[in-house]
Amino acid sequence: MLLLNAKLTGLKKALINYANIIEGMIDRSMRGLLQKDKSLLQEIIDKSEPLTNVLEVEIDESGTNFIAQHEPKAKDLRIALMILKINNDLERIGDHLVNIAESGLYLIERPQVKPLIDIPKMGETVIKMIQESIDAFINEDAKLAHRVCEQDSIVDNLMEQVMRELITYMTSDPKTIERAMHLIRIAHNLERIADLSTNISEDVIFIVEGRVIKHGMGRAR
Amino acid sequence: MVEKTKYDTADICDLLSVQNLNLWFGDKQILKNINMNTPCKKLTAIIGPSGCGKSTLIRCFNRMNDLIAEARLQGIILIDGIDIHSGKMDIYELRMKVGMVFQKPNPFPKSILDNVLFGLKIKGGMNKDQMQHKVEKSLRDAWLWDEVKDRLHDNAFSLSGGQQQRLCIARALATDPEIILLDEPTSALDPQSTTKIEDLLVELKNNVTIIQVTHNIAQAARISDYIAFIYLGELVEFGLTEKLVTTPRDKRTEAYLTGKFG
Ligand SMILES: Nc1ncnc2c1ncn2[C@@H]1O[C@H](COP(=O)(O)OP(=O)(O)O)[C@@H](O)[C@H]1O
Ligand SMILES: [Mg+2]
Repeated sequence: MLLLNAKLTGLKKALINYANIIEGMIDRSMRGLLQKDKSLLQEIIDKSEPLTNVLEVEIDESGTNFIAQHEPKAKDLRIALMILKINNDLERIGDHLVNIAESGLYLIERPQVKPLIDIPKMGETVIKMIQESIDAFINEDAKLAHRVCEQDSIVDNLMEQVMRELITYMTSDPKTIERAMHLIRIAHNLERIADLSTNISEDVIFIVEGRVIKHGMGRAR
Repeated sequence: MVEKTKYDTADICDLLSVQNLNLWFGDKQILKNINMNTPCKKLTAIIGPSGCGKSTLIRCFNRMNDLIAEARLQGIILIDGIDIHSGKMDIYELRMKVGMVFQKPNPFPKSILDNVLFGLKIKGGMNKDQMQHKVEKSLRDAWLWDEVKDRLHDNAFSLSGGQQQRLCIARALATDPEIILLDEPTSALDPQSTTKIEDLLVELKNNVTIIQVTHNIAQAARISDYIAFIYLGELVEFGLTEKLVTTPRDKRTEAYLTGKFG
């Protein structure tokens, strides 16, 4: 029993550490883009993302071993299963950050299509969403987790705004198309990161309340 | 960061080394060419279906099978590199080094104090004060001291089953053993007492090597560092617990763990 608690705490800590690394990567991807800092973006591709792959496998193995060895029940089981899912979501966020960094590298070598306003806002929002979803996980705070889910629409709206704006640029000057496509790619990947953060929060709600709210389930209640 | 796991067995020191061990009761071969090295200060669980030879195996480690007339043993058992049958270690020394705790708590029908003093008196070389001190330490290490410190002269049978088992562990600890063998130590206990003993064993392995027989797979998975799976007298598989319970190498281990036989 003591061992079970100690190991579960160890797994939680590993996941929190993982989330911190991912948050740092989002921040650097945005700074790299805004400050036209090639090295920040290149580092995400060459160092950070490969590290997140290693971490994912480590947490996955530890979590699987934990379940096999300790056969956790009730909330302990929900936490262990959700750690594995959140782990997987974080790794996917890492993949999206590589896409962002790649497009960033393309863009910083070229003249700006438009001032970057909405995309950094999206970046700030997704960092906040991940931070809060992990806080909600640590503190088993369902209310906070619900608030994270609500922020998803902020990011969706920003994404639509970016698209609309860039379409007008592209139609008026076809030379901007390729750069605009890269900006849309960045916005789209940020939007996916927001979705994955929402998943994390939905998992937290499952841990705390033991009910599934995703796909609109449970909202009808 | 997740605690890094060691997947190789390079860290196994040969505290207890079993080499080509065969054992017969009369004509019946019970143990078949067992080879294993038991890691120092780890908890090794021996699992396997009833009657496969688990108890017989650990009884070899402190020469308990010597008492059985029809038992015949072949092979080598080394503790700290010393052959336990060689005469370089007499049987009393062996039993001080290798303590044993049985399935049913078996305190002596004496006071709590006398139970712990028992081995110390045989071992000798301690004055009264030192013995008193050792009794307290052993009872503390067995997580029993607070429950019995005011009633050391009560008969051991006045304790609950779980307390009696912890007393047996304290009795084994008193002679500073290097290895403690436990044969299904919790199978006669209620769930709470079982949890307490499990937590205790996890703590004790910081200082002593533990070899525990259990038919309870879940328990072996929970508390052991290594698992030895015995089937029909053969050591089928020996490995790190987390590896063995997630990805066993042998089909028979897989079948046993998934409840297909045994
Ligand atoms: N004293 C004995 N004399 C003869 N056969 C024995 C004796 N003790 C155990 N056996 C036999 O040895 C086999 C292994 O027994 P044991 O080691 O107690 O198995 P386990 O502990 O795995 O249930 C069994 O078939 C049992 O009947
Ligand atoms: Mg037995």
